Amino acid sequence: MVMEELQPIEAEPRKGNSLKFIIGGVVIVAAIIFLMVSSLQANVQYFLTVDEVIEKEQTGDLAGRNIRVSGAVLGDSIEYDGETLNLSFTIVHVPADNQLVEEEGGLAGALHNAVMDPNRTQLRVVYNGPMPDLLQNEAQAILTGELLANGVFEADELLLKCPTKYEGAVPEQIDS
Amino acid sequence: MAAEIGFGSLFVTLIVSIYGFVAAIYGERSRQKAWVLSAQQAMRLVFPLLTISILCLVYLLITNHFEVVYVSEVSSTTMPTYLKITALWGGQAGSLLFWSWLLAGFTSAVTLRKWDRDQEFLPWVIVVSLITLAFFLLLNTFFENPFIRYWQTNQGIVTAFSQPPGGMMIFPRDGSGLNPLLRHPGMIIHPPMQYLGFVAFIVPYAYAMASLISGRSDDRWIKLSRPWTLWAWLFLSLGLVLGARWAYDVLGWGGYWAWDPVEISALMPWLSGTAFLHAVLIQEKRGMFKQWPIVLIILTYNLMIFGTFLTRSGLLSSVHSFAQSTIGPIFLAFIALTIIVSFWLLSSRWENFKSRQELTSFFSKEALILISVVLFMGLLLTSFWGVLFPKISELVTGQTVTVGPPFYERVAAPILGGMLIIMVICPLAVWSYASFKHLGKLLWKPGLFSILGIILPILGGLTNWAAVIAFWLVAFVLAVNIFEFGRRTKLRRKSEGESWLQAFGKVFDRNRRAYTAMLIHIGVVLMAMGIIGIEVFQTETQGTLSVGEEISLAPYTMTFERLDVFDAADARNVARAVISVKKDGQLVGEIYPRRDFFYDSGQPMTIPGVRSTLVDDFYVILVDWKAITSQSATFKVYHNPLVKWLWIGTYVFIAGVVVATWPEKKTKSAGTKPGRSI
Repeated sequence: MVMEELQPIEAEPRKGNSLKFIIGGVVIVAAIIFLMVSSLQANVQYFLTVDEVIEKEQTGDLAGRNIRVSGAVLGDSIEYDGETLNLSFTIVHVPADNQLVEEEGGLAGALHNAVMDPNRTQLRVVYNGPMPDLLQNEAQAILTGELLANGVFEADELLLKCPTKYEGAVPEQIDS
Repeated sequence: MAAEIGFGSLFVTLIVSIYGFVAAIYGERSRQKAWVLSAQQAMRLVFPLLTISILCLVYLLITNHFEVVYVSEVSSTTMPTYLKITALWGGQAGSLLFWSWLLAGFTSAVTLRKWDRDQEFLPWVIVVSLITLAFFLLLNTFFENPFIRYWQTNQGIVTAFSQPPGGMMIFPRDGSGLNPLLRHPGMIIHPPMQYLGFVAFIVPYAYAMASLISGRSDDRWIKLSRPWTLWAWLFLSLGLVLGARWAYDVLGWGGYWAWDPVEISALMPWLSGTAFLHAVLIQEKRGMFKQWPIVLIILTYNLMIFGTFLTRSGLLSSVHSFAQSTIGPIFLAFIALTIIVSFWLLSSRWENFKSRQELTSFFSKEALILISVVLFMGLLLTSFWGVLFPKISELVTGQTVTVGPPFYERVAAPILGGMLIIMVICPLAVWSYASFKHLGKLLWKPGLFSILGIILPILGGLTNWAAVIAFWLVAFVLAVNIFEFGRRTKLRRKSEGESWLQAFGKVFDRNRRAYTAMLIHIGVVLMAMGIIGIEVFQTETQGTLSVGEEISLAPYTMTFERLDVFDAADARNVARAVISVKKDGQLVGEIYPRRDFFYDSGQPMTIPGVRSTLVDDFYVILVDWKAITSQSATFKVYHNPLVKWLWIGTYVFIAGVVVATWPEKKTKSAGTKPGRSI
């Protein structure tokens, strides 16, 4: 083709083969969606509370599955060997329901209540790696990993959050 | 007193904003220009007014007014003054006010231009900008007020702005201080950049809506908002890059991007904004697909609000999120409303924006750009789905199910590959038709050159075929762009008899948009190289060393020389290791991984020691040490090949965007009217 064939922009519509482009577009979109769906099926993880882990463990639903668990860290339970980087600690159940959390005075309150309550279900966690800076009493832990046959959770990823460090409660030192 | 002035000024700004959009609508509907002009004055007023508010909050922060709840939450007496100022965006309420202030800055600035040719846009730009501003000010006034204070009453301590019955104001001696993670220079600049990028997208959105409402379907709205869009894009890109860099330099986990929901929520408006910038090209050059830019800018605007919502609602579990808050439902309602109104407007004007042109070939420039837009949308959909999937599954099955980084990586990698292929062909393709002869003629030389991108990695012992293909595409894109620069310069030099440098400058100047695009794409593929390097080839090890002992990883050997533990001035205990690094047996330098412990917050912070070269980074984290003797310490060690190219790529990318943002010289030649005006 040569340049003379170019037409000014708002000239007579040039009839392209629009079916060709519709099919092309559909193929690309279908490929992306296929990619998403297949990757999703291969990579979903349950996101569970400690209660749900204990419950599902009995039905055998969790064997060999990669799952995520959230709970409150018990400060006294943290054991860490700086040489082998073996870390273990216990998390206790915190409700996932936003409304229940709000009733306990927000996330900070819910975490505090969870740690203080000896009747909550607990889960022992083992991990190999550097101890995260935020791993401390009443932190919220979100763990990714697998539940072992002995009921211990082997984490390969730790995410920790301390709500009180972001937005404090009532100040401690007060002049009236 | 400052709290009263600050809050008063905030409240007045809210009233002025509401007055402004009501006056603009009334003036436009009743055809009384005075009302529209009055609304314009109101819009100019919001920035100075809100500046008073911001200055008051800064004053309260600097002067340790801990009776103000926000100040006592984010500041403390031990913090240096510059940190007290940056604490302005260190918490929920303050950062929301800061955000509104930036938004007010953009809305006020946009009114300053002459509107002669575009009178029909003015009222609607005012309406959209001021409704958005009013929404955020409403949140600041009634839900997240940074000026509320502590009061002692019979019921105990309460927080409120005005004095409760029988209440006495409480003056705490000190505050809890800024989160130490936010005390790093990167973290000080990252949020304002991110915010600027977010809020600047209000301008193209406001123009798009004005164009829809007024029914003016040419590309005037795009031309007028283009500088703003580029600024928005520049700031958003900078925000993302700074965040990644900060994560790599400070967070001490060997990575830079974790597919954390909040990271994704900042990425999503960038993806749709980038798609918007590409779709705009097709409309400007060919007058086709005029609905696409509008759809994309509607998405960008709403994703920006959505991103702000995600970080502030406590909906997600993320390292970035603020405390849980009650403002979530209000945000969702606002987003739902803007989406419904925007798309209703678009559908009512659909026929106006229809193009008479049709696509003619898959290899024409417009078709290739369109495919890239679709690929951007694919990434966007993936991100969106990944973020929302846990909530959707919870609603549908009652069971929360999440996806992690592997999901995103598996979907994103082939899409990014597709984008690289388009980046190979697109700079050489022409508008409206495809000439394979032309393409072939221009492609074979860079194609030949790009084979180096296959041979070198294979000689280097690479066996991962996906990585080989990726490196090949990277080399191909680089070669195409560099050859194209060279070819055009050579042509110009021949025809005009100029020197190489002169010819290159002229070529660049003549078609600056095309060449800045090429520069930006070169930046992108350099980044891609760094990403492939660290994602595919990262190796790690760990070990506990006594003084004088060594660990080796890849070509590096590190020796633990000593550990110093000392108190720094700003209430911080520092443990700093001295490590000497050998590469292939040769001493190449020292690095200093350290761990800071902040006394007032009880929180430690791990800062890696990094030796960075063009080939690889040697990245060492101090994990633990024996407190008394300091004679042995544990380290985690990463070898990150090519990662420096990620940062070099971002510099090239940002430089390209800056050049694109720079105002073009106004040329009088060939009847082209100056398209820019602010």
